[in-house]
Amino acid sequence: MIELSLTDIAQALASRRISSVELTRIYLDRIARLDPQLNAFITVEPERSLAQARAADDRLARGETQALTGIPIAHKDIFCARDWLTTCGSKMLSNFVSPYDAAVISRFEQAGAVLLGKTNMDEFAMGSSTETSCHGPTANPWALDRVPGGSSGGSAAAVAARLAPAATGTDTGGSIRQPAALCNLSGMKPTYGVVSRYGMIAFASSLDQAGPLARSAADCAVLLNCMAGFDERDSTSLDRPREDFARELTAAAASRPLAGVRIGLPQQFFGEGCSPDVMQLVEAAIAEYRQLGADTVPVSLPSMDLSVAAYYVIAPAEASSNLARFDGVRYGYRAPAYTDLTDMYCKSRAQGFGAEVKRRILVGTYVLSHGYYDAYYLQAQRIRRLIANDFAEAFRQCDVILGPTSPSTAFRLGERAADPVQMYLSDIYTIAVNLAGLPAISIPCGFADGLPAGLQLIGNYFTEARLLNVAHRYQQVTDWHRQRPAGHA
Amino acid sequence: MKQWEVVIGIETHVQLSTRAKIFSGSSTAFGAAPNLQANAVDVALPGVLPVLNKGAVACAIRFGLAVGGEVAPRSVFARKNYFYPDLPKGYQISQYELPVVRGGSLPIQVGENEKTISLTRAHLEEDAGKSLHEGLGAAAQGRSGIDLNRAGTPLLEIVTEPDMRSAAEAVAYARALHALVRWIGICDGNMQEGSFRCDANVSVRPAGESRLGTRREIKNLNSFRFMQQAIDYEVRWQIATIEDGGCIEQATVLFDPASGETRAMRSKEDAHDYRYFPDPDLLPLVIDRQWIEQVRADLPELPAARRERLMTDGGLSAYDARVLTASLDLANYYEATVAAAGTENAKACANWVMVDLAARLNREDREIGESPISATQLGGLIARIADGTISTNMARKVFDELCSGGHGASADEIIARQGLQQISDSGALTALVDELLAANPGMVAEFRSGKEKAFNALVGQVMKATRGQANPQRVSELLRQKLG
Repeated sequence: MIELSLTDIAQALASRRISSVELTRIYLDRIARLDPQLNAFITVEPERSLAQARAADDRLARGETQALTGIPIAHKDIFCARDWLTTCGSKMLSNFVSPYDAAVISRFEQAGAVLLGKTNMDEFAMGSSTETSCHGPTANPWALDRVPGGSSGGSAAAVAARLAPAATGTDTGGSIRQPAALCNLSGMKPTYGVVSRYGMIAFASSLDQAGPLARSAADCAVLLNCMAGFDERDSTSLDRPREDFARELTAAAASRPLAGVRIGLPQQFFGEGCSPDVMQLVEAAIAEYRQLGADTVPVSLPSMDLSVAAYYVIAPAEASSNLARFDGVRYGYRAPAYTDLTDMYCKSRAQGFGAEVKRRILVGTYVLSHGYYDAYYLQAQRIRRLIANDFAEAFRQCDVILGPTSPSTAFRLGERAADPVQMYLSDIYTIAVNLAGLPAISIPCGFADGLPAGLQLIGNYFTEARLLNVAHRYQQVTDWHRQRPAGHA
Repeated sequence: MKQWEVVIGIETHVQLSTRAKIFSGSSTAFGAAPNLQANAVDVALPGVLPVLNKGAVACAIRFGLAVGGEVAPRSVFARKNYFYPDLPKGYQISQYELPVVRGGSLPIQVGENEKTISLTRAHLEEDAGKSLHEGLGAAAQGRSGIDLNRAGTPLLEIVTEPDMRSAAEAVAYARALHALVRWIGICDGNMQEGSFRCDANVSVRPAGESRLGTRREIKNLNSFRFMQQAIDYEVRWQIATIEDGGCIEQATVLFDPASGETRAMRSKEDAHDYRYFPDPDLLPLVIDRQWIEQVRADLPELPAARRERLMTDGGLSAYDARVLTASLDLANYYEATVAAAGTENAKACANWVMVDLAARLNREDREIGESPISATQLGGLIARIADGTISTNMARKVFDELCSGGHGASADEIIARQGLQQISDSGALTALVDELLAANPGMVAEFRSGKEKAFNALVGQVMKATRGQANPQRVSELLRQKLG
């Protein structure tokens, strides 16, 4: 059961071969048994999940089935869920029970899904290893002494260890794709504005985008169909006609299903900086794509090497402002003792935020300060435009851009925690995509020393359906994505 | 002694009369119990997002058109970052580099002098909540309270050039702006409730000097009287300080109405760095021609145009036209009165509205919108004076009658009911006059001997006999005929 695709699970539920309560129990039992060594979940409330499962079974009995009716889904703890503890991985919100549902949570509820639990994450999504969480780090199911990636590391570890059929994540600079790569999953960041940000605790508003983490591209399509859609409560949400993101996946398998598709290989993705074993796997995937009929063309993204620098100006700038609301006045953590208002602010924020969050608030405050704004923030915005222009130029010559997702496989817990710059470079291939607002997916492309590596496919705006198909065709002829970590039976 | 020139610029926060807040759906009604009108967005829960209320934008466009400013086709909302307990997000959404309205001007009048004040800009922003330090009861144990009902109320901040040269000009500008924003219906103008708040930037310089002196900003002036007092005090203080050999340091000051003095709140050194940057949660505000034209079509005739028309159409003096266009309600009332009385009676209508009605409203402390007599009633009454049906004196009685409980009744009904018609009919009056002359031979003799007073007494007799209804002019004519 735990290896079935979401579509197959839905069929099993609809035909009553299994009930939602039974299915939910399977996962709750696995969480109880296996999560203590992973720490993928922050909050699990079996009774509430089972109550939802029972309600789903009632609907299934009445024949009211939707795509996800009765399927348990784990959600990153960045999404506000009514009456659920919503901590965002921070001591600052360690006592925050949300009075409302995020748009993503509502959409899953409307699609009939069961809320299986809230997953661990880097504090306020700031990190690439899930080590900055106030709830402690999450381990990678493929090697318990290694990180699952981040910031959506809890969701990735949970799905990889089969503690959930699928999960949600958010991606500000690679936070879905990099953990997907490090945990052998398929993870998609949609075009900015496709999924509503309402109720998703903001890190960097102009970059944040929610997306699915699952065991296949086909599952991602099912999840994206649920998540995507206009929401008038988010002014950056895009009002577009509804589309079926799985529509291209159903075409019959052909010998050269990707004939005519031009895959761009940016020289900047294939230079130094990537570990040779990961690069070898990516090269093998390129060969596979040629077999599938795709053409490869060299392209260039000349401004890409500026992306990490621009990102680490823009994201902290927005974060420094977004996190100002956590002041201990209305909700969240407040220092137990203080002398006056300023002291309460200082102590509450000093005690409530972790080191990485403080670092980014300081950087962000600095780059927005009078006299520095032009040199940092405006300059970074200019680079952002250059990067978007680079992609626009590249997409004149190709349909999909291909490269590695992460320059290495999972690193050891603690290995990069002391060196923020090393940590920031984990996202060297993913950040430019967020700066440009493009959709991208990471899919498994093999193993190096028993650790999974990810292949990144980047599309032009609103080409999620095609990206998913390009990923799916690869998964039809490979079985990397079916590999499952040992020791989590 | 040296001559000093005063330089004043004004920033005004105008609370816009939208039903909902600028970035959340909460109500903006004044006076609810604390925090009952604050939703998840106003409280700044984690994850909530702002959505712009287009109604507030329409108000800004209205204002831009009314002052002849440029409505920006694209403007940008920016975050103004600072910590304060009544600022839930830790930043205020405002506009910084690209405001919604640029330029424009407003004519003012000080005594006989007219002057035009140039506007720099007008931008949209949200109001903060309120900190409550008093009246929280014993349970508060000396702590402060936060009321977020006002947080997110739409404001239009209107900034002038440093064009004013006296407290009187500053007050005249504030009054003109106050009248305009009410005229175009974007603000209720209630200064006690904080709907219209001014900050005055005041500096002085030696007469003839072109460089500006260092300014101090007087915050939160919520009455015209306080504005006058505060600026007068501030100017005297600045001049005295400089003449004593001191120099002015840039500062923000508050006016204390009790002492009549201004005192520094914070100096330039502890000024905030607000770290403005474009709000990534909101798209740039794009206003196309069509939207502007839609708002323009909806805009009432503006005060200056209305004044011009009242002078041309009704032959009113500039003074009368200005008084009658003090508010849109008053101007509309006046014009409705004229419509009922007839255009030829425009001047009489102006007098009745400005004198008799104004006195009555003043006495009863009412606004024109709460007038006890409708414009149609008043116009009907004025028409009856003009056509000679009643005398002006009689008309005052009818006016009082209409004002006190004459709801729905017309002047004609009251005149008829009480038999107040003026008697102008020659036949009826001739008989009366003959009767009177016969009965008062003594008076007739006195008149004939040259005592003009006796004539007036005779007229008085006729008026008395008709309980005031006789047309005094006709009576005089008849008497002169008979005695002549």
